[in-house]
Amino acid sequence: MSIRHGLLALLERGQMYGYQLRAAFEESTGSTWPLNIGQVYTTLSRLERDGLVRPLPESEAGQRPYEITDAGRADLALWFATPISRTDRPRDELAIKLALALTTPGVDVRTVVQTQRTATMRALQELTRLKYASDRPEDLPWRLVLDAMMFQAEAEVRWLDHCETSLVRHRPPANGPAPSSEAVGLSGEEARR
Amino acid sequence: MSAASGSVPALPGPDVPDPDAGPGGHGPLDAPREAVLELRAVHRTHGTGPAAVPALRGVSLTVRPGELVAVMGPSGSGKSSLLALAGGLDRPTSGEVHVEGQSLHTLDRNGLARLRRRRIGYIFQHLNLIGSLTAVENVALPLELDGTGVRRARRLALDALTEVGMSELGDRFPDQLSGGQQQRVAIARALVGERRLVLADEPTGALDSQTGEAVLRLLRRRVDAGAAGVLVTHEARHAGWADRVVFLRDGVAVDSTAPLAGVEALLSGSGR
Repeated sequence: MSIRHGLLALLERGQMYGYQLRAAFEESTGSTWPLNIGQVYTTLSRLERDGLVRPLPESEAGQRPYEITDAGRADLALWFATPISRTDRPRDELAIKLALALTTPGVDVRTVVQTQRTATMRALQELTRLKYASDRPEDLPWRLVLDAMMFQAEAEVRWLDHCETSLVRHRPPANGPAPSSEAVGLSGEEARR
Repeated sequence: MSAASGSVPALPGPDVPDPDAGPGGHGPLDAPREAVLELRAVHRTHGTGPAAVPALRGVSLTVRPGELVAVMGPSGSGKSSLLALAGGLDRPTSGEVHVEGQSLHTLDRNGLARLRRRRIGYIFQHLNLIGSLTAVENVALPLELDGTGVRRARRLALDALTEVGMSELGDRFPDQLSGGQQQRVAIARALVGERRLVLADEPTGALDSQTGEAVLRLLRRRVDAGAAGVLVTHEARHAGWADRVVFLRDGVAVDSTAPLAGVEALLSGSGR
């Protein structure tokens, strides 16, 4: 999610000034995505430049609220209507790490897998605990954010299980690079201990 | 750490972190309390001689009141063997199993059966409800077998059914209940009376995710109320309900999640 569309979605509820937007943004993401006020104002000025929001007169307290424009609403509607592309997401560092571990001499891949599985499982425990504690009807948006993170963690553990199964079955080619075949083979790993 | 085995990776063992060392769980974890379940260097080998198959190789595990421990691992890693030993359904080849401070080794068959009926609750994937008995009769059965009067057993069974949200359906037979409702009855049977140790083997079975989550909430709530629980599962989502997750591989406990590590520590420490 972009901050830009997050702010547009919040302004669709009604006019808000910077600090209100920051608080509402953090509330709707369960504080998993903290924003600093500078990011909010930088984004607002870009939205204003692109004609998607407009500033309103300052209040007596010196706060300047913003409201969404028709062009902003159209942009927001397009965002909701368009699926997020997987290619827009950052590369999966863990997948790259394991792929490199397989071909790097002296790396015990099963230990890399287990270390990650333990860490991911711990995160899943934390997320489950947070969800368990979020029972109020008004917690629904936050619970859905938690669910998304839980499904991702769960998928990662399943993928790690799959990696481990593949490692057990893996039979490196006889002429393959010696160090990596020793590192990944179950019997090789046990022999080294 | 569990007893040494040649193939154990150099990872911290499951018993290194003290579950009472801090607020690791959903429930209250105060001062150190006596373990409800303790496995000490337990080995279990099926068969003898060249045909011997080791199921568990030196596993140690301590579970205290208010603590839910999940045991994860691939098929054949020893999860169900561990649960059978913990519940006194099987005896170890070597090592000791203690429930509420009592060594199961010292109990004869009758003593073991009594302990199982009174103090240990089992939740299995296969519910084993008796079709000719109503829900409340199914739940009351272990108490009646143990000599509790019919009226008192029924009252305790109704309490347990109320705890799992099934008080209205106590007079129905299993085939008049949905899969999720049957599982709740099975849980009520596992919780009825004063069971201090609840053992669950893939308790959500083929239930849909919402119903499965409700089952785990019930288990969690009972543990938070002071029971000790062991949950065997291959589902990470289910293990997430535990205070501690122990990973088994080839009959050896190779790692466990540390109760004190928070998300922040995880993110800053993993380099991801």
